[in-house]
Amino acid sequence: MKDYILSILIFLPIAAGLVTLLIPRRHDALIRWFTLLASLATFALSVPLFFWFNSRTAAFQFEEFRPWVQILPRIVDGATQYAINYHLGIDGISLMLVLLATFLTPVAMLASWRGITERAREFYFTLLLLEGAMLGVLLSLDLILFYVFWDAMLIPMYFLIGVWGSGNRVYASIKFFIYTLVGSLLMLAGIVYLGLTSPAGVTFDVVELARAGVPYGLQYWLFLAFGLAFAIKVPIFPFHTWLPDAHTEAPTAGSVILAGVLLKMGAYGFLRFCLPLFPEASVTFAPLMATLGVIGIIYGALVAYVQPDMKRLVAYSSVSHLGFVVLGIFAFNMEGIQGALIVMVAHGLATGALFLCVGMIYDRRHTRMLADFGGVWRVMPAFGALFMIASLASLGLPGLSNFPGEFLVIVGAFAAKGWLFAFLAASGVVFAAVYVLWLFGRVMQGPTENPDVKTMRDLSVRELFVLAPVALFIVLLGLLPGPMLARTSQSAHALVQTIKQAQIRVRADLQSAPEKASRDLRSHTEQETKR
Amino acid sequence: MTYAWLVPGLPLLGAIINGIFGRFLPRKLVGFIACALVAGSFGVSVAVFLQIMRLPAADRHVTNLLYNWIFAGSFRAEMSILIDPLSLLMMLVVTGVGLLIHIYSTGYMGHDEGFSRFFTYMNLFVASMLILVMASNYLLMFVGWELVGICSFLLISFWYHKPEAVAAGRKAFITTRIGDVGFTLGVILIYLTFGTLAFDPAFAAAAGVAKASIIVITTLLFIGAIGKSAQIPLYVWLPDAMEGPTPVSALIHAATMVTAGVYLIARSSPMFIQVPEVMTLVATVGAVTALFAATIALVNNDIKRVLAYSTISQIGLMFVGVGVGAFAAGLFHLMTHAFFKALLFLGAGSVMHALDGDTDMRAMGGLKPKMPVTYWTMLIAALAIAGIPPLSGFFSKDEILLGAYSSGHPVIYALGLATSLLTAFYMFRLFFKTFHGERKMSQERWEHAHESPRSMTAPLVLLAIGAAFAGVVGIPEFLGAHGASWANIIGRFLAPAIAVGEHPAVSTTLAYTLMAAAIAVGVIGLATAWYFYIVKPGTAAKMAERAPAVYSTLVNKYWVDELYNAVFVRPGKAFAAFLWKFVDSVIIDGTVNGLARAVGGLSIIGRRIETGYIRNYALAIFLGAIILVGYLVIGR
Repeated sequence: MKDYILSILIFLPIAAGLVTLLIPRRHDALIRWFTLLASLATFALSVPLFFWFNSRTAAFQFEEFRPWVQILPRIVDGATQYAINYHLGIDGISLMLVLLATFLTPVAMLASWRGITERAREFYFTLLLLEGAMLGVLLSLDLILFYVFWDAMLIPMYFLIGVWGSGNRVYASIKFFIYTLVGSLLMLAGIVYLGLTSPAGVTFDVVELARAGVPYGLQYWLFLAFGLAFAIKVPIFPFHTWLPDAHTEAPTAGSVILAGVLLKMGAYGFLRFCLPLFPEASVTFAPLMATLGVIGIIYGALVAYVQPDMKRLVAYSSVSHLGFVVLGIFAFNMEGIQGALIVMVAHGLATGALFLCVGMIYDRRHTRMLADFGGVWRVMPAFGALFMIASLASLGLPGLSNFPGEFLVIVGAFAAKGWLFAFLAASGVVFAAVYVLWLFGRVMQGPTENPDVKTMRDLSVRELFVLAPVALFIVLLGLLPGPMLARTSQSAHALVQTIKQAQIRVRADLQSAPEKASRDLRSHTEQETKR
Repeated sequence: MTYAWLVPGLPLLGAIINGIFGRFLPRKLVGFIACALVAGSFGVSVAVFLQIMRLPAADRHVTNLLYNWIFAGSFRAEMSILIDPLSLLMMLVVTGVGLLIHIYSTGYMGHDEGFSRFFTYMNLFVASMLILVMASNYLLMFVGWELVGICSFLLISFWYHKPEAVAAGRKAFITTRIGDVGFTLGVILIYLTFGTLAFDPAFAAAAGVAKASIIVITTLLFIGAIGKSAQIPLYVWLPDAMEGPTPVSALIHAATMVTAGVYLIARSSPMFIQVPEVMTLVATVGAVTALFAATIALVNNDIKRVLAYSTISQIGLMFVGVGVGAFAAGLFHLMTHAFFKALLFLGAGSVMHALDGDTDMRAMGGLKPKMPVTYWTMLIAALAIAGIPPLSGFFSKDEILLGAYSSGHPVIYALGLATSLLTAFYMFRLFFKTFHGERKMSQERWEHAHESPRSMTAPLVLLAIGAAFAGVVGIPEFLGAHGASWANIIGRFLAPAIAVGEHPAVSTTLAYTLMAAAIAVGVIGLATAWYFYIVKPGTAAKMAERAPAVYSTLVNKYWVDELYNAVFVRPGKAFAAFLWKFVDSVIIDGTVNGLARAVGGLSIIGRRIETGYIRNYALAIFLGAIILVGYLVIGR
C-alpha cells in the first residue's frame, strides 16, 4: 500500500464524493456520516505518512511515476519519456500541509453538521472534491498535473461561497474566482513556456526542471508569472482584498478550509516552485517580497483591529500571519523557512479554530457583528476556554502553536534582513495582542446584558468534538514542535543551499556588469528564434 | 535534583485539573487542590535548597535538560532548568509568598462564583513565574515572561462583567508587550551574537564580544524589564491593574510579574557589568520612577492605588540597586518587599472585606478596634516599607542607598533618599486614614465591619513575621566584625550566581552616616504623617488649597494616561481606520472593481461588433483579407 498511498489519499475523497451523489437526498444522516467517515479514513491513512517519513533526506518519498499524456517523447538515459506524467511525491515541505488538509476536512464537516441543511449532499460532495484537489496540489510533481489540481481547487471553493455563503455571496465568490483565476492563467502561460523551453528538453517534471535549471533572464519573467498566482493566493499585500469578502461570506467550513489550507497553497507554491526553479530571480525579488511580507504583518493587524465584523477581523489577521510566512520564506535561512513552515501549520490550526468559534456563535445568533455580543463567557464557559486557547495561539503566546514559528521567522529576518525587519515583525506581535484581546474582550467579556446573549447555549458534545482536537494540536505543536521541525529540516536545508548558490551567482553577475544579464536574455531569445 | 521540574510542574498540574474539572468539583476541594500543589511546589523548592546548600558554593549551579524544544539550523532552544542561588531565592519567594496568598484567597474569594476559574489562573500564574525564574536560557525565560503577562490579563480582568476590569487587563498585557518587543529583539541578538541562548555559554562568551553589541543587547533587555516591572514610561498599566481581586494584586506586586524585570537584569549581570553606561541608565530610570511614583502616591485616595504606586516606586529602588552594581542589595529588597507588599495588599483586602469592597480611604478611619490582627500586621508592614529599624525594609533599602552613594551616584542617592522620605509619609498617611482618626463610614457599615476569618488572618501573621525579621539575612558587615557568619548572609549566598563589578571601599563612618540619614528621613516622614492626619487633621487639605496646580497635577497623575491616549491610542486607531476605509476599500478595491468595470465596458463595445448580420461579417472578412494580402505584398 505504501507504493500507492499518495494516490489513495487524493482519490479516496474524490471517489467517496462521487458515491455520495448516488445516495438519495432524503437520507441526509447517511450522507453526513458517510462523508465524515470518508474524510476520517483519509485522515487515518495520512497519519502513517508522518511516521513512515524519512526525515534524513530531502528527496521526494512515496513517489509515483506513470506516463500520463503521451506526447512529445524524448530519450532520457536510453528510455523514452513523455512530457506530461502522473508524478506524485512528498517531502518535508508538503508533509505537514497534507496532514493539515486531511485533519481539517473532517473538522470542517463536523462543524457543518447542523448549519448546512439545504443541498447538504452537494455540500459534502463539494468538500470531498475540494479535499482531493488540495491533496493533489500538494502532492503533484508535474506542472501540468499540479495546474489541473490547482484550478480544480478553485471550483469547489467558488461553489462553497456562492451557494452556501451568506449575504453578499455572489460578489464575494466572483471576486474570489476572478482574482485567483487571473493569477493562475498567467501561471499557466508560464508553465507552458517553461516546459517547452527547458534545457532538459520538453518536460513538465518539477524535479527534472529544477535539476536542469532555468536561464537567468527567463527566470525573472517566470517568477513574476508564478509569483502573482501565489501572491494572490497567500494573499500578499496588496492582493489581499478578495480574502475578507470571501471569508465573510463563506460558510464556516469554507472559511476553515480557506484559512487552514487554501491560503497555504500560495506559500507552498513559492517554496515548491519559485525558490527551486527560479533561485536567482528569487534572490533578486527577495527584498521586495520581504518588504511586502512585513507590510502585510503590520497592515493586516492594524486593519483587523478596526473591523466591526468578527469574520473580517479574523480574515485580516490571516493577512498578518501570512505576512510572517512570506517574510520567513524570503529570509532564505533555516530559521526563516522552518519558521514559515510552522506558521503555516499553526495558522491553519489557530485561525481555523477561530473561524470555527465564530461559526458556532453565528449558528446561535445569526450575526457576526462584535457589537451584538458581550459577556458570552458567562453563558458559554466551555466555549470560552477553547476560544481563549485559539485566541492566545493567534496572538503568539509561547507554549501554543504560533509562537515557535513566528519567533523563528523573526530570528531569520533579523539574521538575513537586519534589525528593522525584525523590529517591524516583532511589533506585529504587539498589534496581534491588540486585535485578539479586543475580539475576545468584546465577545466573551463585559456585562452579559443583551437578552439574546443570555439564552446562548454552551457547546454541544458534537461541537466539543470539533474544537477540542484542534485545541489539542495547538498545544501540542506549541510544546513539541520538535517532531515537525525534524521532518522539515532536510527539505528546508536543501532549499537554503539552492538559494545560497544562487546568491553567489547573482553577486558574481552583479560584479561582472549588468549587461551580462541582458546578454543571457539575448542568447536565450536567439536560441528561441532558431527553433 | 532531577525532580526540580516539579516546582513549576505541580502548580501547572493544579491549573490543568481545576481548569478542566474545577467547575464540577466542590469549592473546598478546588481550593485544597490549588493550595496543596503550590505547597508541594514550595516543599520541593525547600528540598532543592537544602540539597544544594550541602554543595560547596562554587558547585551550586545545576542544569537539568528536559527536552529539545525548538531547533532550526544552528538555532537551539531547550526546555531546560537552571538551579543556582539566584533562581533558588526566587523560587522560595514565589512559592512561599504565593502559597500564603493562595490560602488567603480561599477565604477572600470564598463566595465568588468564579472560584475554580480564579484558582486555575492563580496556579498558572505561579507556574509561569517559576518557569521564568528557573529557565536556563533566554527563550524559555521568555515563555515564562509571556505566560506571566497573559495570566495578569486573565486575573486583572477576572471580574469580566466590569468593562473597566476588561480594559485594565488588556492595558496590562499590551503595555507590557510593548516592552517585550525589546526583549524579543534582545534575545534574538543574543543568539546572533553568541550563537546560543543558554545563559552559561552566552555569559562565558560575553567578555570577548564588541562592547557595542553588549550595549545594544542589554538596552533591549532593559526595555523588556521596563514593561514588565512597570517603570517609566511603561508603568501605566500597574495602577489600573487594581481592578482585579486584591489577592491578584498581592501576587502581581509581591511574588510574580513585576519583580521579573529586576530578576532579568540580575540574571544578565555578567553582561550588564561590562557596560556601565547601560547600568547608569537602569539606575537613573529606577530612581526617577521611584520618586515620580511616590509623589503620585502622596495624594491618591484609593487604598489599593496608593499601594500600586508604592510598588512602582519600590521596584524603582530595586532598579537603582541593580543599576549601581549592588545586585545582591536589589534582590534583597525584592525579597523583603515581597513580604511587606504582599502583607500590605492582603491587609488592604482584609479592610475591603470588612467594608463591602470599598477602597476609598475618605470613607474609612478609626478601624483599629474592629480589626486588631489586620491593624497590627499592617503596622509592621508600614514600618518595614518606611525603613524603620530593625524591620526588614530598613536593611534592604539601606543597602541600596549605600550602594548608590558609594558607587559614585550622588544624584541617584539623593533621589532614593527623597523617595524614602515620601514613602514613609504616604504609607503612614494610608495607615492613619484607615485605622485612626474620625470614622467616616456610615453607621450601618461600621456595625457590619469585622475582622476577617482565620484563613485570611493567618497568612497576614506569617507575612508579618517575614516582614519583621527577613532583614536578618542582610545585616551589613560594618555592623559587626567582617566575615562574621551572621552578617550579609544573602550577599554571600547569591555571590556565586551574579557577577560583581568593582567594589569601592566604604568607610565605616560613611556607612553609619548614610544609615543615620536613612533612619532620619523615615522618622521624619512618619512624624509628618502623624502631624498631618492625627495631630492636626485638615493640614493636608489646606496645603492642597494653597498649591492647587501641584495638587491637581498629582491627583491627575501628571496626565500621562491622557497624553498616551492622545498621542498613541487614538491616532493609532484613526490610522488603522484610514488604512481600512481608504487604502483597502478605495485604492485597492477601487482598482480591482475599476478593472472589472473596464473589462465590462470593453465587452460592451465588443458586443456591438457582433451584430448577427452576415453582411457585416462578410465585410469584416473582406477587409481582413485585404489587409493580410496587402501586408504580404508590401511588407515583404
